[in-house]
Amino acid sequence: MNPNNVILQTASKFAFFLIILFSIYIFFAGHNSPGGGFVGGLLTTGAFVLLLLAYDINTVQKLLPFNSMIMVAVGLLLALGMASASLLFNVPFFTHAFNDFDLPLLGVTALHSATIFDAGVYLVVVGAALTIIQSIGGDD
Amino acid sequence: MIFFPVLAAVFVPILFKKLKSIHTGWFVLIVPVVLLIYYTSFIQTTMSGETAISSLPWIPSLGISFVSYIDGLSLLFTLLITGIGALVVLYSIFYLDKNRENLGNFYVYLLMFMTAMLGIVQSDNVITLYLFWELTSISSFLLIGYWYTKDRSRFGALKSMLITVFGGLSMLGGFVLLSIMGGTFSIRELIADSSNLVGQEFFVLALVLILIGAFTKSAQFPFYIWLPDAMEAPTPVSAYLHSATMVKAGLYLVARFTPIFAASEVWIWLVTGIGLLTLFWGSFFAVKQTDLKAILAFSTVSQLGLIMSLLGVGAVSYHVNADTTLFKVAGFAGLFHLLNHAVFKGSLFMVAGIVDHETGTRDIRKLGGLMSIMPFSFTVAFIGSMSMAGLPPFGGFLSKELFLTSMLAFKDFDLFHFSTWGPIFLIVAWVASVFTFIYSFYFVFHTFNGKRKAEALPVKPKEAPFGMLVAPIILAAMVIVIFFIPNIVGDILVKPAVVAMQAGLYSNPSDVLVQVSAWHGLTPELWMTIGVITLGILLFATLKRWRNVYDLQPNALSLNAAYDGIMTFGETTMNRLSRLFMTGILRTYLIYMFIAIVAIVLTTLFVKDAFSIHFEEFSSINSYGLLTAIILTISVVMLVLAKKRMFAIIALGGVGYSVALLFIIFKAPDLALTQLVIETISVALFLLAFHHLPKLKRHGETKGFRLGNFIVALGVGITMTLLALSAQSEKLVDSISQFYKDTVLDEAGGGNIVNVILVDYRGFDTLFEIAVLAIAGIGVYCMIRLQPTRKEKTNESK
Repeated sequence: MNPNNVILQTASKFAFFLIILFSIYIFFAGHNSPGGGFVGGLLTTGAFVLLLLAYDINTVQKLLPFNSMIMVAVGLLLALGMASASLLFNVPFFTHAFNDFDLPLLGVTALHSATIFDAGVYLVVVGAALTIIQSIGGDD
Repeated sequence: MIFFPVLAAVFVPILFKKLKSIHTGWFVLIVPVVLLIYYTSFIQTTMSGETAISSLPWIPSLGISFVSYIDGLSLLFTLLITGIGALVVLYSIFYLDKNRENLGNFYVYLLMFMTAMLGIVQSDNVITLYLFWELTSISSFLLIGYWYTKDRSRFGALKSMLITVFGGLSMLGGFVLLSIMGGTFSIRELIADSSNLVGQEFFVLALVLILIGAFTKSAQFPFYIWLPDAMEAPTPVSAYLHSATMVKAGLYLVARFTPIFAASEVWIWLVTGIGLLTLFWGSFFAVKQTDLKAILAFSTVSQLGLIMSLLGVGAVSYHVNADTTLFKVAGFAGLFHLLNHAVFKGSLFMVAGIVDHETGTRDIRKLGGLMSIMPFSFTVAFIGSMSMAGLPPFGGFLSKELFLTSMLAFKDFDLFHFSTWGPIFLIVAWVASVFTFIYSFYFVFHTFNGKRKAEALPVKPKEAPFGMLVAPIILAAMVIVIFFIPNIVGDILVKPAVVAMQAGLYSNPSDVLVQVSAWHGLTPELWMTIGVITLGILLFATLKRWRNVYDLQPNALSLNAAYDGIMTFGETTMNRLSRLFMTGILRTYLIYMFIAIVAIVLTTLFVKDAFSIHFEEFSSINSYGLLTAIILTISVVMLVLAKKRMFAIIALGGVGYSVALLFIIFKAPDLALTQLVIETISVALFLLAFHHLPKLKRHGETKGFRLGNFIVALGVGITMTLLALSAQSEKLVDSISQFYKDTVLDEAGGGNIVNVILVDYRGFDTLFEIAVLAIAGIGVYCMIRLQPTRKEKTNESK
């Protein structure tokens, strides 16, 4: 793209990972403080948009490990599968389960099945947004 | 067990893909054979007048569940479905080439149909019955359109779908009326309660609506027009769906509901009258056809009419003294003929398929003299046709005699003015029998007799492979067997079914005192049959001379023309209507939406008298809030006045960020976070799409245009402000937030209410929202990526 964007390009290399990390933090923080799958997903998308502005669409596309449409599909399946899984335990559709577990390294951690659902939301948001960005940005 | 075929269908595509060398049909064949054996074990139950029932709850809160109820009537149909199904699958293995055809699709559709059909005849719940009913329409649609590259296939598929689904919908209306009146969805309970239903206000309406459903499905006049066009389906499908099973669903429905509706005069008139009219109409026009399958289609229409009329006469038995056995015969005759028809028509369709397969044409004008080349096919066709014509020693003779008996009895029935109309019914029935005789002869002798026209055929004819002949030969053998042991067949299959149909009259199948015999002595029926044969042969011999009669009917007056007319009219009007408001400009659509919102919200506010604005309870505004509001206002004004798009985008970003600031000031961190990120991404997206957009054209805008925008914008703004203020000022119910505060930790195990609402309390909303998001993403992708490239565009414009 523009070779004069050295500052932006250099900065975004670091910022990208910071934003991604932050988005992951936000995603897991979701249940008890501001955040969640939706915002987390949007932040991740924001990181990619930054890369897109600093470099160009090809760089972003090379960076993506897989097709963003597949991400959408996986996300939807995850969310729906989570919701339907409750039927297997003979409780109404969409019943969540949660409890505190004593995990190695992490100590006592609250595990909540809503996290899986939220991961689905996260994937759909990122996938859909990236699909849109790639479609618009890639059409020259 | 009903769902067995559909579950089996899951494996069909896998088998088709993986085991190319073996015809998929062999695997599919297992399904109907297993079912046939399984259901045969029920014969013992139904013969003793018992029933079998099993159920699976589906929507218990609405009283809807899959109840599989097997009595004699269900079992008769079930055995037809599985038995003919097995033979048809066997036949299709040789008919459809495993290398050229997409067998995966074919067998999946066929198995889907099998489940649907079993579902219809075994459902006790009207709602599930309706569900399966529509499923047969859909699978029929898919099967007719199986060769979807052909125009005629698609046309026929659409036509059958439209007509049968129309009937299905009206049937649903009838069901709903009936269940409201009876207070239950269960057919058994409705039947038990039938005496209370008769007098009710909507009884006749429900009756007519349900009959429309039955008539469309069973191809009765004037809805029969879809059946001839459905002949574009592969022949195994025609044999199975469009002669042996699906079109009989309407007959099943009539038989099943006879105990409820038989008390009504309208029922007897409609069922008998339409049945006889269809019988005559179908047989008369069958002689006109030149396509082998079209002849069979019209003959099916006419035979269905015959059975229908018999069911109608059978309903009369509810009105006469129990000792008048004549009318009881009619019900037996109807179901007996239904069985006979499935057997001989199945074999005839298979022969038509064989002729088509081996000679390459179904045009009867090109065929002839095939007897010596295809002796087996000829024999089968001969047996089937003679049974259809009602000649001994074939099964059709017996039911045809019973039919004439019933029609003779009809003229003595002196209720509802039938004593004056009875003779006319009898004459119509007799004339139709003559034509039935003619088209049966026409079908078999014009194909297999006469001069051979070898040069007219696309392929050199030869006898079909043995495998293809097995199924029709089995059916033909059954035609003869039925003639010699009619009473055994009657005892096993038909009488239990009659008990279900005429529930009030019998309690046990052995009470049905009908004895079928080939020789009754010199009865009026026999004389009528002899008359039919004499006149039939006479007219058949002189067919060429009087065939011009058919040219008298102008094409424009036919029912098909009416159907086409309605379709074209519908399409053009809809096109015009949608062109009126679909301008293709996003701005117009936005205006529609905004005006609608304003109108609906304001009207509701006025009608409910919900305006109430009090400022007392509002929290005070601090200086940060004021400052942000000012920035927000300035951004909005700049956005409106912007002359360049870049400027407008930046101003829009300003608006978004100041709203986010407001969220922070009012202590809504979740909203603020989301708003900030969304704003960032949407501004970036705008910039990305920037060079695709045309320049802003502010100069060409007229004053009126701007005024319109201004009014709409102002309207939306005022409405929303009023709404927000009123909502804040007057609280009819307590805020729900307290409930969330109380329960969020214990029941959902989370601390952040907003997020817990998203994933737990309102998880459904979120699920659908992400689905919408996914659809939107795919939509954008398709719109941009799949649009024709410039090169293709210029090619098109040339």
